[in-house]
Amino acid sequence: MSGGRILPVILPPGARGATGGPWRAPTLRARHGAVLVLALLLAVGAAEAAAEPGRPSILGTLWRWTPLLLEGFVFNIAISLLAMAIGTVAGLAVGLGLISPNPGVRGVSWCLTQLFRNAPWLVLLFFVMFLLPFEFRVGGVTIPFPGWIKATLGFALPVMANTAEIVRGAIQSIPYGQWEAAESLAFSRRRTLWTIILPQCVKRMLPPWMNLYSLVAMATVQASVVGVTEMLTLVSEVHAAEGGRPELLAPLYGYALLCFFLYCYPIGRLTARLERRFQVRI
Amino acid sequence: MAAWTPDQPLLRLADVHKSFGAVEVLKGVGFDVMKGEVVCIIGPSGSGKSTILRCINALVPIDRGSILVEGQEVNDPRLDKLALRRKVGMVFQQYNLFPHKTALQNVMMAPLQVLKQDKAEVEARAHRLMAKVRLQDKEQSYPGELSGGQQQRVAIARSLAMNPELMLFDEVTAALDPETVKEVLVTIRELAEEGMTCVLVTHEMGFAREVGDHIYFTDRGVIVEHGPPKEFFARASDPRTRQFLDQIL
Repeated sequence: MSGGRILPVILPPGARGATGGPWRAPTLRARHGAVLVLALLLAVGAAEAAAEPGRPSILGTLWRWTPLLLEGFVFNIAISLLAMAIGTVAGLAVGLGLISPNPGVRGVSWCLTQLFRNAPWLVLLFFVMFLLPFEFRVGGVTIPFPGWIKATLGFALPVMANTAEIVRGAIQSIPYGQWEAAESLAFSRRRTLWTIILPQCVKRMLPPWMNLYSLVAMATVQASVVGVTEMLTLVSEVHAAEGGRPELLAPLYGYALLCFFLYCYPIGRLTARLERRFQVRI
Repeated sequence: MAAWTPDQPLLRLADVHKSFGAVEVLKGVGFDVMKGEVVCIIGPSGSGKSTILRCINALVPIDRGSILVEGQEVNDPRLDKLALRRKVGMVFQQYNLFPHKTALQNVMMAPLQVLKQDKAEVEARAHRLMAKVRLQDKEQSYPGELSGGQQQRVAIARSLAMNPELMLFDEVTAALDPETVKEVLVTIRELAEEGMTCVLVTHEMGFAREVGDHIYFTDRGVIVEHGPPKEFFARASDPRTRQFLDQIL
């Protein structure tokens, strides 16, 4: 054997992959964004070439509609942030329910988690859109309940279920000795959970939770299917307003793609960084 | 029931039975510990030593028998577990310090949050306890920055902060290297000399002989033999005890 005294079962450090060095998950990098920009420019160039002479330039068209499109994008962000906030608070409650000593609470939490975690987001969205009324009447006062709020609730449901699983997983990953030590110091279960277990969970929950947020931000475009005016709806309306020219399709949707990438990319990078940091310092 | 008086055992176990599933871990264990006594429980792995300690502060419920702490029955569904645990401190093999708090905060947490004592008073006591375990210069360190022996001494200080009547030590030196074992044992010995009632599960025979007032040898869920250390180590007669001692000593 060429390895000399190296035991056959214990490989030398760095020998795991063919390239040497420990395996590392591929991460999103800035050059991936550059590829996107390049693709968008190519699409613009191609469209420019295909356009009939005398029409306004593609870049000019994009520029002209930018304020409206960005307004739509802000709406996407608002929906995602609000859905995340509602879903996180509800998910924390359901996640704590999943580890409740009360079998009834545990059962209900389990059903909620499984139902909303394993249903397609779009189906949930349709359910919420068509089951909730468009306005409430409370003592003669009519409170409108617009579509975008309903969509937000629709996205909050899967966020809740996924957050619940993140919370449960984090709590159960804390060594049992922590519970025993707290118990032997006369801490009640509730106090142990809030002052000893959960503070240690925050670090562990943060990366998957941020990952979930990226998914929600990108999923908000599904709201266009149920008639909420957000960026994707506006892109399609802009396209129609420009006379439905086919050469505009790629630049317009590429533009939307780029907006989402620029928003989610830093979140992805930060998540990866936090994960690496927490990996070393547990 | 008559009130507990100091001439009665501080801790009395009688005919304690405990099973985990089909495995009977304790098959009728009983012994008394008087106030100020240091009792050492020795025996091979899996003989139920740690389970005895866990039963005493109700971390594990028992199936049959009786455990009295200051005359209070532990094996009682109406037991106020939190009241019991204020009287009984426990130190674990794996230290189990709270990693998100500094050493000093670890010591202060339970008196502040559970006993709701005054912060200045608790802090002064925590400083004294950290000095007692000779770690006054490590008060602001997090558990991850301390060695095993240092962590274990913080864990002892943390238990003492509740002013317990009884301290349980569950193989507290088993995870330490030989050099740091000494610093932890010194701390426990000082505690014993101050009159703290201690029940130790240990593999440190030399320490048991030196500090213990009474030795119990357990095997397969029963107490096989017991006695004061001198007699116990010199005249242990049961073949199981002899075999165990021959292996260890």
